[in-house]
Amino acid sequence: MGVLSNTAALLGKELRTEFRSRELLTTTIVFILIVLVLFSFTFDPTVGESRRFGPGLLWLAFLFAASLMLQPCFLRELNNDTLSALRLSVSDPFAIFLAKLGANTLFLLLTELLLLPIFAILYNIPVAAVFAKLVMVFFLGSLGVSTAGTALSAISAQARMRELMLPLLLLPLLTPVLVASTEVTIGLLDRQPFVQWKGVGFLAVFDVVFLTALWIFGEYLLEE
Amino acid sequence: MTPGAVCPTGIRFDDIEKRYGGLYALRRVSLEIAAGECVVLAGRNGSGKTTLLRIAAQLVRPSAGKVSFPGARGAGTNGADGGVRGATAYVAHATMVYDELTAEENLILFARLLGVAAPRERVDALLTEVGLAERRDSLVRTFSRGMRQRMAIARALLREPLVLLLDEPATGLDVQGTAWLAAVLRRMRDSGCTMVMSLHGETEISSLATRAIRLDAGSVVADTRRGASFRSILTFVDA
Repeated sequence: MGVLSNTAALLGKELRTEFRSRELLTTTIVFILIVLVLFSFTFDPTVGESRRFGPGLLWLAFLFAASLMLQPCFLRELNNDTLSALRLSVSDPFAIFLAKLGANTLFLLLTELLLLPIFAILYNIPVAAVFAKLVMVFFLGSLGVSTAGTALSAISAQARMRELMLPLLLLPLLTPVLVASTEVTIGLLDRQPFVQWKGVGFLAVFDVVFLTALWIFGEYLLEE
Repeated sequence: MTPGAVCPTGIRFDDIEKRYGGLYALRRVSLEIAAGECVVLAGRNGSGKTTLLRIAAQLVRPSAGKVSFPGARGAGTNGADGGVRGATAYVAHATMVYDELTAEENLILFARLLGVAAPRERVDALLTEVGLAERRDSLVRTFSRGMRQRMAIARALLREPLVLLLDEPATGLDVQGTAWLAAVLRRMRDSGCTMVMSLHGETEISSLATRAIRLDAGSVVADTRRGASFRSILTFVDA
């Protein structure tokens, strides 16, 4: 069995368990929704302010929601010691990471796409014209968040004070992703939308670097 | 035997030490377990049995020393050999199966990860063998402890392993379950599988052993083949 077939089997397991329980998706969607609604009611921004601050708010909400979503990623593998079962079964431990970050990226992207229309209505920002480009930014940003987050979730799951550890490690590390994603989104939501390719390039490089690091060092993160 | 896997293999521990901070779980343990041997590890709680089994399963890296698999084709040490790891099965304290999946989904998942040929047929046969065929579509979280233990054993047997490591395998099993497990392990032993298991006291399963080793505070304090002191090692009574 190669890495890809192992990954496919594990990704199937991740999707099946999540769509059966809907724990992560529900929590994440509700969390982001609350943040968007609270900010909208608290500040009552004008259209101009929404265009300037809305993307930053949106990505901050995504980031905090991701730290909630990523918390149980490896933690629940410790309940019945299923992580050991996986380590004994896969041909390459990278498959475990690939499946988990694939599932996390998918869940995060799904959440973002579900909440984008609500964001557009609450903040009075049209998004239809740049929808495809927004999906590209959401994908690159979510992949960066998931890649770094999945690695840190593996580390924090074996640490004491694990609930605090993940956000403490994750949020500073993802600051560059937050800044780049926000800047690209601001460009896309401008009155004359434009793609800030420098930011897109940065996100792509971030994703590649972290994926490579995970491929090389992933096995050590799973050791007891 | 596992198709295309390694040859029958023993396990060799050379000066194994495992420290957790300043605490020693194992101290300079050296053992040679021959291919096809059936070994019982005995000892009080915290004596190092589980740590030794997890090092043999290559789930834990020793702080010092090395574990190797003599006889295995191309075998390396300390987790360097994927072939040996794939041919090793481990039944732990925990059940190592997913509560949120059904019995069948669990076994199919691990069969696919292990590259078992015709996974559905193998899983069907195993579910029947462990007596869970009628509950194949039930979530594992609805199972009793004994049924979960049967699942754990079924998972370990998905690929006929060359090395079988069992940590108190009869946990949660009733009398019939223990007898069934003893029969399964007897068949494995007779087919040449190397087995190391931690047990407490004399049981139907311990009667399969050809060798008993007692650990105390992370060190081997007794090691005997079947004979006068065999029973005393299992029952903690000094001969």
